[in-house]
Amino acid sequence: MKDMTEVTPVYLDNNATTRVWPEVVEAMLPYFSEQFGNASSIHAFGSEVGGALREARRSLQALIGAEFDHEIIFTSGGTESNNTAIRSALQVQPGRNEVITSAVEHPAILSLVDWLEKHEGVVVHRIGVDKQGRLNLDEYREKLSDKTAVVSFMWANNETGTIFPVDGLAELAHRHGALFHCDAVQAVGKVPIDVKNTDIDMMSLSSHKLHGPKGLGALYLRKGTRFRPLQRGGHQERGRRGGTENAPAIVGLGKAAEMAMATMAADIARMSALRDKLEKGLVATVGHCFVTGDPLDRLPNTSTIAFEYIEGEAILLKLNQAGIAASSGSACTSGSLEPSHVLRAMDIPFTAAHGAIRFSLSRETTEEEIDRVLAVVPEIIAGLRVMSPFWSADGASPENFDPAYA
Amino acid sequence: MWEYTDKVKDHFFNPRNAGAMTDANAVGEVGSLSCGDALKLMLKVNPETEVIEDAKFQTFGCGSAIASSSALTELVIGKTVDEARKLTNQDIAEFLGGLPPEKMHCSVMGQEALTAAVAAYKGEAIDEDDHEEGALICKCFGVDAGMIERAIRTNKLTTLEMVTFYTKAGGGCNSCREPLEELLADTNQAMVAEGLIKAEEAFIFGSAPVPQKKKKVTGFVIPDTPVAAPTGPAQPSAPVQIAMPAAPAAAPAAVAVAPAPAPAAPAGLSPAKEAILVAKLIDEMRPTFKRDGGDVELLDIEGNIVMVHLTGACSGCQLATQTLGGIQKIISEALGRPVRVIPVAKT
Repeated sequence: MKDMTEVTPVYLDNNATTRVWPEVVEAMLPYFSEQFGNASSIHAFGSEVGGALREARRSLQALIGAEFDHEIIFTSGGTESNNTAIRSALQVQPGRNEVITSAVEHPAILSLVDWLEKHEGVVVHRIGVDKQGRLNLDEYREKLSDKTAVVSFMWANNETGTIFPVDGLAELAHRHGALFHCDAVQAVGKVPIDVKNTDIDMMSLSSHKLHGPKGLGALYLRKGTRFRPLQRGGHQERGRRGGTENAPAIVGLGKAAEMAMATMAADIARMSALRDKLEKGLVATVGHCFVTGDPLDRLPNTSTIAFEYIEGEAILLKLNQAGIAASSGSACTSGSLEPSHVLRAMDIPFTAAHGAIRFSLSRETTEEEIDRVLAVVPEIIAGLRVMSPFWSADGASPENFDPAYA
Repeated sequence: MWEYTDKVKDHFFNPRNAGAMTDANAVGEVGSLSCGDALKLMLKVNPETEVIEDAKFQTFGCGSAIASSSALTELVIGKTVDEARKLTNQDIAEFLGGLPPEKMHCSVMGQEALTAAVAAYKGEAIDEDDHEEGALICKCFGVDAGMIERAIRTNKLTTLEMVTFYTKAGGGCNSCREPLEELLADTNQAMVAEGLIKAEEAFIFGSAPVPQKKKKVTGFVIPDTPVAAPTGPAQPSAPVQIAMPAAPAAAPAAVAVAPAPAPAAPAGLSPAKEAILVAKLIDEMRPTFKRDGGDVELLDIEGNIVMVHLTGACSGCQLATQTLGGIQKIISEALGRPVRVIPVAKT
């Protein structure tokens, strides 16, 4: 962004994307120039690349706890993995034409199922959540049937960090003979995952959310799960995803996975302590704001705080001026006029949903950075509230303001 | 992130006249919570002179909503009530050096608040609020779903082409074709259910004809017309239609599109005559711009550079470059030599 001041910027938008770690870049570099061969080739240029890809695949296998390395299919990213999984599940199960998902999924799932529902005759059930963003399990049980082809729930929500009990949800799906897909884009690298000991059949992940390069993701496909490729072509990924492997990126993701694995336990403890400090500090000093999501089970790095009576984009612009990068559930930053579908599904009032700010930490976030946020946010919020017609000096919503809503 | 002008940023970071006013005698409150905007405009009007002596605002909204409110107060202070009510949202956007198309509604909200405040002062009833709502479909012309749906319903539109004629949506880059088709199909379906149109008239998703590619007129493209005999050098500005060479029997007849006759201007006009011709051409184009809420004015010609001033909707429009390209093409063809048209601020 252009408005960064001289101070080192504080980056708290790691759920959007992360900085590629220098070690990752270093690992990738030789595969652009020296080891440029096509892994499918017979000659030495290619075979050495093949070895590096195998190693990277094993690192990722270890990070997600897959039983076999061939259960990993590299794709162009989380969105492709999601599209592949849902479409494949519908194709391999003739007679089953229903999809169950949640109302708070990422658009990579929601806009796909909207399309399938409208144009491809698929019946879609979107399960609601409560005010903490927790799934309505009764509704889910009710919708499961022998018509269900696939159930797709996210591991962790990108906006609130709320974690769904995906293992149990997968078990329920299997009782009805349905496949279970999990969008774990926000979870991989942030929380321990041992997919082999779950009932999950397919799982999507994205490289750039865990300090790997952009443009790469993977689909975990449990051995024995019937599958139809989305992208047909060469025999790459054992014929399950045609197209020359993005070797440098795969090597980078392998390195990132290895690094995430090495320090995960310590990272989780540190990030959640910093997140808690941020939340407690803001709630104590700002007032008329609250933390969204499930307080008991959520990602260690994510905090979405709803500031009442003001609007998110205005807050972000002021934060940016102060050298702090965050994101918002506000309508105006996304280009649509509706505030975040996640916060609306959680029944958070419009006045607060528009003012929701997501701070997402990384392993690199320091205590000094959190202190800086704590130092500047109260003033920004107070300044904007003075300008808000919903706010009055005594701190309550004025009764007499009654705009003619269009 | 949005590309805000420096003026928008300035009015956001340093808003003028923000805060409550206790002794206001004209207050306008408008807003739409679902889209995250609400504005309270407070005016102090001198009852003797009807001059707006002071104005304050309180806004719940994004950066451009706050900047638009701030701009609004600056624009109305010192004006009489009657002068102020003539302000349009375009005036607010222009004051700020333009707003992104997605954010034009912020300036609309400013105008509505002003209308409400003036109406309150005069004791008049406010007209029904027709603030359009919905996701932005056409980014080129800033047309949202609510506006398109209304046009489809009131005019019983059943083809994409007609939707573009009525709303301009899809008339630019055409990237919004899929959502536009979807919206038309959905609205038509609802209209069939309500008995407004017949089922066989309704647009079906995916049934629109393939968009016709416009032929690019440049000097370096081999024309894809059936060429039977070698033709002479192109004469784009020739006033008379060139007789088409006899087409081979198998060739389709429809492709022979003659270039629209442009005003005669063989190369070698004097600079003064060129200037008169360019001024005339631009004058002829103005009604088109005015219909779209903008205007264009010739400022100067220097060699092969034609300087124009764009105002209103044209100045902030994402299509400004395309518009200039169009003007450039017409002038180049008329003069028979390449010119560059550049937008210049009026001093």
